[in-house]
Amino acid sequence: MKALTKHRLFWPATALITLLVVNTVANPNFAKVTVQDGQLYGNPINILRESAPLMLVALGMTIVIATRGIDLSVGAVMAVSGAVALTIIDRADDSNRVTVVAIAIVVAVLVALVLGVWNGFLVSVLGIQPIIATLVLMLAGRGAALLITDGFITTVNSDPLSYIASGYLLILPFAFFVWVAAVVIVGLVERRTALGMLTEAVGINPEASRLAGVRSRGIVWSAYVLSGTLAGIAGVIYASNIKAADANAAGYLIELYAILAVVLGGTSLMGGKFSIAGTVIGVLTVQALDSAILFLGVPPAQSPVFFAAVVILVVLLQSPRVHRWGRSLGSSVRRTPQEAPPEVDDDRDADRAENVQKEAVR
Amino acid sequence: MLADTDVPPVVEMRGITIRFPGVLALDHVDFFLRPGEVHSLMGENGAGKSTLIKALTGVYQIDSGTIAVDGQARRFETTADAQRAGISTVYQEVNLCSNLSVGENVMLGHEPRGRFGIDWNGVHREAERHLTSLGLELDTRSMLSSHSIAIQQLVAIARAMVLDCSVLILDEPTSSLDRGEVEQLFSVIRDLRDKGVAILFVSHFLEQVYEISDRITVLRNGQLVGEHLIDDLPRDALVTEMIGRELGDLAALSKNADREIDRTGTPVLRASGVSRRGVLQASDIDVYDGEVVGIAGLLGSGRTELVRMLYGADRADAGTIEVDGREARMHAPRHAIGHKIAFSSENRREEGVVADLTVAENMILGLQAQRGWLKPVPKAERDAIVAEYMDALGVRPADPTLPVGNLSGGNQQKVLLARWLATAPELLILDEPTRGIDVGAKADIQRKVAELSEQGLSVIFISSELEEVLRIAQRVVVMRDRGQIGTLDSSDVDIDALIDYIANSEEGSVTR
Repeated sequence: MKALTKHRLFWPATALITLLVVNTVANPNFAKVTVQDGQLYGNPINILRESAPLMLVALGMTIVIATRGIDLSVGAVMAVSGAVALTIIDRADDSNRVTVVAIAIVVAVLVALVLGVWNGFLVSVLGIQPIIATLVLMLAGRGAALLITDGFITTVNSDPLSYIASGYLLILPFAFFVWVAAVVIVGLVERRTALGMLTEAVGINPEASRLAGVRSRGIVWSAYVLSGTLAGIAGVIYASNIKAADANAAGYLIELYAILAVVLGGTSLMGGKFSIAGTVIGVLTVQALDSAILFLGVPPAQSPVFFAAVVILVVLLQSPRVHRWGRSLGSSVRRTPQEAPPEVDDDRDADRAENVQKEAVR
Repeated sequence: MLADTDVPPVVEMRGITIRFPGVLALDHVDFFLRPGEVHSLMGENGAGKSTLIKALTGVYQIDSGTIAVDGQARRFETTADAQRAGISTVYQEVNLCSNLSVGENVMLGHEPRGRFGIDWNGVHREAERHLTSLGLELDTRSMLSSHSIAIQQLVAIARAMVLDCSVLILDEPTSSLDRGEVEQLFSVIRDLRDKGVAILFVSHFLEQVYEISDRITVLRNGQLVGEHLIDDLPRDALVTEMIGRELGDLAALSKNADREIDRTGTPVLRASGVSRRGVLQASDIDVYDGEVVGIAGLLGSGRTELVRMLYGADRADAGTIEVDGREARMHAPRHAIGHKIAFSSENRREEGVVADLTVAENMILGLQAQRGWLKPVPKAERDAIVAEYMDALGVRPADPTLPVGNLSGGNQQKVLLARWLATAPELLILDEPTRGIDVGAKADIQRKVAELSEQGLSVIFISSELEEVLRIAQRVVVMRDRGQIGTLDSSDVDIDALIDYIANSEEGSVTR
């Protein structure tokens, strides 16, 4: 049991499960899944389907944050990618042809990749602070998307395009498979090669990594390229869902929700150690909360406050300091002597002393 | 020059004790500072100099002891308390606002006020008055950042004078100044001294200490060693007091230094005239197969700067580096690693370990960086490397899955040694590998270095402990005041001769 609570994903998972259970108790329809023509429908399935854009964006954000960075441009990149894809489909002779849609998607994602290359260049080569470097594209990107669509909301009727967000593969939504595939591929690349470890090393201690010979420039750069590319795919899915390229609404504030999801999943904004599984849990938590607001009938005017209140609760639930308070409160109520004091790590103490000493030396 | 012991001290610190978790940083230290004297505080790294200064400036609270200023007992809870008592500090890193004007910096927080708030003309007039009294003619409306570090340092002193201080603490003020700038600073210091200000001076440059000081207090390992008038303490006596003697069970280590080295072939590494303006004067070093070359010198002597340039961690702006007889470009650590050179920094925490990664990950980081991210070190190979070095170096606790930040300093050092040995280097540069670690780990690391060099590894070994250098190195490069002053055969010198050489050799001073 102790080992279980010590697992880094224990509290994020607890938060998600609690959220789902509370909602189900409040309204059993929340968890209801029905089968229709061999396909699954219902609120849980919707959560899985609608998670796709946020999941892709948060996945890239996780890796960027691990390098001590941040990518604020993801929402704007989504807008650009959606605009590119829909403009190509709109101008094609037959918007229902699969090849047209395929070309449109490939071009849109390549454009997003190039935007990621740009962000990475600013951060890793020119050494601009990530928050400023990506702010440039965050502001300029939507303008560019409007230029591409001539200032209009481009709408298309294309069955192959609609399939991406709304279609089913076997019994589950296609969009669900897209994000699962992205999670698996990124997970394998990060953890089966040495990229993940080197990324963490650069995020934790850039100078030590440099002296160890790590090519940190390429590692940081690739994180932004990945983030841009995934945001591009997310933009296509978003556009597919509303069958339109809306340069202002596409991915609006998604960078902040992505950061929230990454942090809820236990990855520190200080960079370094990251958890892809944690981010998956974090995104599902945000998405479940979003769906709960609709499902519980929270009035639109109150929904931001409701959302914020629940987020605060979830964050408190995960805070180590709150855990400590909880423990000391629990033990004083039971009037039992405190649990064995936390194992004192002699080495760590000695180290801290050395640190203090070092500080003193300076 | 006053320096008269009969003058009542302006600062009296008695029995000062400061304890950090697990460390006694200051142990009943007495320190007296008299008006009209320049008093140098000397000691090696970790001796407690900075701690004592921080006690006097209210940064640290003292655990026991008394501080009196002008005969009045004081208790400094904050730095503001100390400033009110007339104690001002100028730190090594200028802590002024570089984006404000000179005048604003000098008067910050003490701006003269008129009817409509701050009187800006008055600010600049006052600032100019203070600067002129230090012999400085500056445009007070110019940006601080447009001036050299030396000028900024003097501006910091002018700022201290605004606070009307009777005690001025200068902590390593000269470390980034060139000779002419030091002269300018010293003439200001002498001027203030003659006006009766008590000046506490800390520097790692022996020459400067002897040039400017009237009195010296020496600390070692948090304890007071002695207080002397400058004329009563020859340099070698000072160095001996600072370093002390500490042999312990290390003496039992076989004398690696006596091993014969074949120096007829091409050296593994030969550097000539490596230098960088304001950082390092032209220095030479060469290392042969299986040889250990020590670098001896006090902190600030340029020893770290030299090896960082050999490794490409910093760039030299003159000189050549040859590896196996061929000239090599060392512009980044990767270049050096490509030439099979490894470097372990003296700054273990900031430039060595990656604290949140595990012991195993830290050990293979160098090897992994060399192979690139696409070729992860296979699990079997990684386990073998980790097991081999955990065992060979005796890393404790013997759990490679712990974050390395949880280990003690000595064990972190062993992990770093393993990281570099795993890359199979031909030359290993160790900068202070034994600093701040316990005697057992020290012996382990020295033994391993001796053993590896016998097997043909070349090593450059830097240590503040001269016994250690003489025990392990066949030759010793001696450095002082940012430059090499000679290379000695360690069988020709004993420790006293080496101390004497560091303190007195004339070769170093002529290059200044």
